[in-house]
Amino acid sequence: MPSRRDILKATGGLVLATGGSWLASHAHAAVPNPPGLAPLPAGAVASGDLEAIAGKLPLIKRSWRPPNYETPLSYFSEELTPNRAFFVRYHLAGIPAEIAADKWTLKIGGEAAATPFELSFDQLKHDFPAVEVVAVNQCSGNRRGLFEPHVAGVEWGVGAMGNARWKGARLKDVLAKAGLKKEALEIALNGADGPIMPATPDFQKSIPVWKALDENTLVAYEMNGEPLPHWNGFPARIVVPGWTGTYWMKHIVSINAISKPFDNFWVKSAYRIPVGKFPLIDHFTSQMTDVNEPITEMVVNSLITNIDTGQQVPVDRPFEVKGIAWDGGRGIADVEISADGGRSWRSATLGTDYGRFSFRRFSQAFTPTERGALIVMARATNRAGATQTMELILNPAGYHHNVVQRIAINAV
Amino acid sequence: MKALLLMLTLAATLAAGIVLAQERRLELKDGPGRAKVEANCASCHSLDYIQANSPFMNRQVWDAEVTKMIKAFGAPIAEADAKEIVDYLSNNYGAP
Repeated sequence: MPSRRDILKATGGLVLATGGSWLASHAHAAVPNPPGLAPLPAGAVASGDLEAIAGKLPLIKRSWRPPNYETPLSYFSEELTPNRAFFVRYHLAGIPAEIAADKWTLKIGGEAAATPFELSFDQLKHDFPAVEVVAVNQCSGNRRGLFEPHVAGVEWGVGAMGNARWKGARLKDVLAKAGLKKEALEIALNGADGPIMPATPDFQKSIPVWKALDENTLVAYEMNGEPLPHWNGFPARIVVPGWTGTYWMKHIVSINAISKPFDNFWVKSAYRIPVGKFPLIDHFTSQMTDVNEPITEMVVNSLITNIDTGQQVPVDRPFEVKGIAWDGGRGIADVEISADGGRSWRSATLGTDYGRFSFRRFSQAFTPTERGALIVMARATNRAGATQTMELILNPAGYHHNVVQRIAINAV
Repeated sequence: MKALLLMLTLAATLAAGIVLAQERRLELKDGPGRAKVEANCASCHSLDYIQANSPFMNRQVWDAEVTKMIKAFGAPIAEADAKEIVDYLSNNYGAP
């Protein structure tokens, strides 16, 4: 039985202190709005300061508990996002303290698995071929805070995403050992984190069997050559290249093959997009309704990383527009840059290709010939021909924001 | 009863080994209902969610949020308290 003192320590005196007044907040360094997009809510700017949680560099705090921290823009000038700068996203505050890898167990089973079994961390690493994939992990709600009109939720700017080299066992290899039955329809995923209130639905997800069997879908135990950071799912997480982060279950402890659509709030009610509004290829058909469907692959998108609103550039000298582009796994075909507000476009030079699930760098030089205001834009197109939108596609939960940036600068 | 519930919540929190990522106390705006907001909302999440989601939600949207917390997330909030919470949020953190 924990003592009152233990509880106070564990909660920071938070709830028990409600009788008194809440202490004054601290001074904070304001993080500017991302350039070229609609601004965050004023309260999100006021609340979104740089803070470092254990094992992480200072990140943009979106909420303390559960912890939601965004990667600052400066880390996106390289393809791979450093582990210590990688964004943090939790739905519920029941997060285990550091998990001991040697005590961790992964259970694989479900009614559509003939031979359920358990894996230790060592077995996960040594009993299956290790494969690597570079893939973007992006929160479905990345850029939600930039919706106009604003949408309730975690008010993310542009940094609820990161790109890493993931290493792990193929989920298909793990499932093969469990003897997947013909009737298997979805693979249900659960992590060690959970709710505070018993009545709150635990964060669990499912993916269609075909996506689970994709050779790129992993049970990952390494990220950029290191163990996963605690806040990114140590000791192992599911990696679903191409699809939004909601399916990338952290602290994975159970994988269940099921023959009926998974009945869970986070699949049935949350993470849904209106049917027919987005130009997507993948559909989670066993969970579709007439009006909405689960979010699946990421929409094609880009981010200019080296230009601030109001920046001054000299006339008659070239300046470079640089950034990254990514999509839901078709691969980036082209990034066009405009320096005249979209009247004319030129294809940028693309950087090293780390594979179709990765950030792809781009750059394009421009030379302003006269003084005055310029509008810089970048528009990515993927190999399926999908491109970024000029007008925000409204949807109730604020997903899939891929509006082309319009950054106003001055040639002087 | 409320104290007991709070203690149970805290015990569950402790059992789960919660890590609280440097949460600080956020001074919410003063006004009727603030104590109800602090006592109910902060059991499950930090209060900076309220500040960050402002000031763009009108009463109807705040009401929908509080209802979602009760209906979808199982927050044990009494009906009278819920009304007081919605009043506080829309008066202090609502759309101007």
